[in-house]
Amino acid sequence: MTSTPLFSILTIALGLVFCPLLPGIISRTKAFFAGRQGPPLLQVYFDLYKLLRKGAVYSRTTTWIFRAGPVVGLAAVLIASTLMPFGGVSGLFTFDGDFLLFAYLLGLMRFFTVIAALDTGSSFEGMGASREVLFSALAEPVLLLALAAVMRETRLYSLSDILPESASISAELILVAAALFAVFLCENARIPFDDPNTHLELTMIHEVMVLDHSGPDFAFITYAASLKLWLLGSLIVGLTVPVADQPVIVNLGLAAGGLLLLSVFTGAVESIMARLRLVRVPQLLVAAGALSLIAFMFAMG
Amino acid sequence: MKLLLILSFGALGAGCVLPLFFQRKPAASYFGAGATLLSAVLGLVPALWVLLGGAPLSIHFSPVFTLFPVSLQLDALSALFLFAIYLVSALSAVYGVGYLKKYGEEKNIGASWFFFNTLVASMALVCLARNAMVFLLSWEAMALSSFFLVAFENEKEESRKASWIYLIASQLGTAFLLPLFLVLAKASGSQDFGNPVPTLSPVLKNVCFFLALIGFGTKAGMMPLHVWLPEAHPAAPSHVSAVMSGVMIKTGIYGLVRILPMLGDPPLHFGFILILLGAGSGVLGVLFALAQHDLKRLLAYHSVENIGIILLGLGVGFIGLSVGSPWLAALGFAGGLMHVVNHALFKGLLFLGAGAVLKATHTREMDHLGGLLKRMPYTAAFFLVGSLAISGLPPFNGFVSEFLIYVGSFQGAALLPARAAIPFVVSLGALALIGGLAAACFAKAFGIVFLGEPRTADGRQAHEQDGWMLMPMAILALLCAAIGLCGPLVIRAVSPAVATLAGPAGNSDLSQTSNLLFFITLCAIALLLLVGTIVVLRKILFSKRKALVSSSVTWDCGYAAPSPRMQYTASSFAQPIIDLFGVFLRTKKNIRLPQKYFPDKASFESETTDVSRESIFTPVFSGISGLLSRFQVLQEGRLHLYVLYIVLILFVLLIWKL
Repeated sequence: MTSTPLFSILTIALGLVFCPLLPGIISRTKAFFAGRQGPPLLQVYFDLYKLLRKGAVYSRTTTWIFRAGPVVGLAAVLIASTLMPFGGVSGLFTFDGDFLLFAYLLGLMRFFTVIAALDTGSSFEGMGASREVLFSALAEPVLLLALAAVMRETRLYSLSDILPESASISAELILVAAALFAVFLCENARIPFDDPNTHLELTMIHEVMVLDHSGPDFAFITYAASLKLWLLGSLIVGLTVPVADQPVIVNLGLAAGGLLLLSVFTGAVESIMARLRLVRVPQLLVAAGALSLIAFMFAMG
Repeated sequence: MKLLLILSFGALGAGCVLPLFFQRKPAASYFGAGATLLSAVLGLVPALWVLLGGAPLSIHFSPVFTLFPVSLQLDALSALFLFAIYLVSALSAVYGVGYLKKYGEEKNIGASWFFFNTLVASMALVCLARNAMVFLLSWEAMALSSFFLVAFENEKEESRKASWIYLIASQLGTAFLLPLFLVLAKASGSQDFGNPVPTLSPVLKNVCFFLALIGFGTKAGMMPLHVWLPEAHPAAPSHVSAVMSGVMIKTGIYGLVRILPMLGDPPLHFGFILILLGAGSGVLGVLFALAQHDLKRLLAYHSVENIGIILLGLGVGFIGLSVGSPWLAALGFAGGLMHVVNHALFKGLLFLGAGAVLKATHTREMDHLGGLLKRMPYTAAFFLVGSLAISGLPPFNGFVSEFLIYVGSFQGAALLPARAAIPFVVSLGALALIGGLAAACFAKAFGIVFLGEPRTADGRQAHEQDGWMLMPMAILALLCAAIGLCGPLVIRAVSPAVATLAGPAGNSDLSQTSNLLFFITLCAIALLLLVGTIVVLRKILFSKRKALVSSSVTWDCGYAAPSPRMQYTASSFAQPIIDLFGVFLRTKKNIRLPQKYFPDKASFESETTDVSRESIFTPVFSGISGLLSRFQVLQEGRLHLYVLYIVLILFVLLIWKL
């Protein structure tokens, strides 16, 4: 475990720079499965660059809440990135219970995305918002119960302490990883929970909430979403990829490799699965919660 | 200090009497609220003094005209509750001056201030009382004065019904407290509160526990005894709702934390039951809140939810005591007690905000509101702060207290042997679910009421309220943010109160907690700075291209004539959640689908009535009244029959005596 602030800041910077790569990898994987060439790996970077240079159109219905949504969302996820360890380097801030702050910062981001969506007065966005709050409310217990199982095993209470200690192949770890993968897909609006490429407002969840945002505001949203993908991915990778006593650079490489693999896997899941009917989504999340609970019971035994 | 405390009661006494002389004149409000404010300023000094480490204050006297001695004491635990009571009451009183203006001279405002100040005084006395008689008398005064306050709009049937339900529920609760105090007094030989009673047998201990749970749980609004809350809170004037929901229901929690330690070392199942009840109240409370259409009713159910969170904290604390872990006990009690204060602040704020909306638009129906942010910018901003705080989101105060309960639950789940770990898993699962659903509910409440376009004409004509009403909300919002940002300082103020429950050992462990909270403060400040930075960044980005920023309509898929009534409503927003949890909620729906090729009329109605009222209270009460109605044959209003009864009874007594 490396825990100098300098290294922590460097790994955070690593995440900040490379997070837009992950959606690129996912869509390339999907393109590969579909036999298409697909967008360039750096597409999200191009999008961000383009959006930041544009103006914006605001609905006359909206208020400052609509403008605050992307700003607070980005700020919350940036602070969350200081809590997450990566490749054996601990987060910038580590304390017992930091995972709670992490989860609630993502909650803050979601709350502001939702009220910004409701600010437009659009029924489509209201629909997306309503689905988002339900699914995330069900995903939250899954995340925390899964972490409780790992904590029972390691008897440690901060992300930076838990993650490096947890990576030993055991039944509970597999269950926890499966549960967290469901949370990862749900929170990042991936298939089978949500389809980022759907073209009908009625069927969207996350995309429809940000329908009215444009220009730099939308760039903030896109970037914050990539960073959230990176952070939740880091959580799974941190739990499953072992960190050994080796140079930091090797550990970082392993973690980056883990994230790459996770993205490819996500792309594969998206390619071979259809999106679930909305009424089925809660069942999947409850099943993931059951996995977390079983993992906890194993850890207790 | 003692003098200040006595003077504060004197001020409340004046606040009761003076407004009565003015009856319907506005001066009644000034004297009534002025007295509450003065008494709060006087009373907060000793409360804070004790909280910051001063020695407890005791007052004993034996008035000649009563048969029992009066014994009052202000220790850290009382001081914590007293702090919340004075603060929220004073701010609500100031708000009340503005709020009651809408009644002009139609109502006897003087009388309402008499009951308001009686309520404040009796709540304070409940927290100070150290013997059973004083406690019960203040407890009754509290119930009666709030009964009259709920019935303020007594020309409306809804208010009359609500106040009766409240009074009956309240008296039922007290009926369980009387035997509790009798048992305790018999076992300890005195009716004074204080030291643990060692002579209680385990059976008696359990009996006392359940009596306390039902008696105090009714006042606190614990599921399934909460039936009066969703009736009384919406019916009462909003500043009264703020006091009742913010602090009055907390006297139930105070009763629990004052009486349960007297039962001696708690067995494991005390904590387990508290956690189960807390989880039930929390999750069901927030689910019922989601299903409501009435803004104040929604807030009332959220009080049930937050009482659940407080009970979870107390449960964690009591299990900590049972398994001999002062650290766990300290975390649980600190979280629970801090949430008492936090909930008083943000729920007070939210009820005051809802009152402002009600006064401006004359409706509590969320689906008739909308777009109020543009018309009431300050109220909206304060309501947003309250919403974030009650959803437990950083950087506000709700997060800090929930964080402590969470950390306690995680520690318990990770460290304790299996049998003791299970309640903690329940607690953290419930907390996580409550957190997500509460955020959903307040996204709905804030989003539908304040954002979008107004749905009715009343909403379009709404305007901002005056300073009497805005100022108290501003102060409460500031306090919510301040506690969120100063966790380590606040925990120091709470720790003497925690020590009375968790023992001094837990108190020393609590300093570790303040380290954790320090990091939260750090991250919260970083968050605020970052938000500021991004705002500036955004300004710079836009400053170069003002010409490119334009306004238009919301994306409507090219639909030609959108109307505000087509917006997503509160019911539609909550529908997926309501359907998913339909088993518990039993929402009644009345749908008329459009018919034929050219559909004309369609309608949809949904109503979620209280399950525990429908399936527990109503059947029990109608059963009882059915049973009692059989005795009607005895009382038929014929005088000669009554005389016969008297003769018969005298005869029976005579034979018995022979």
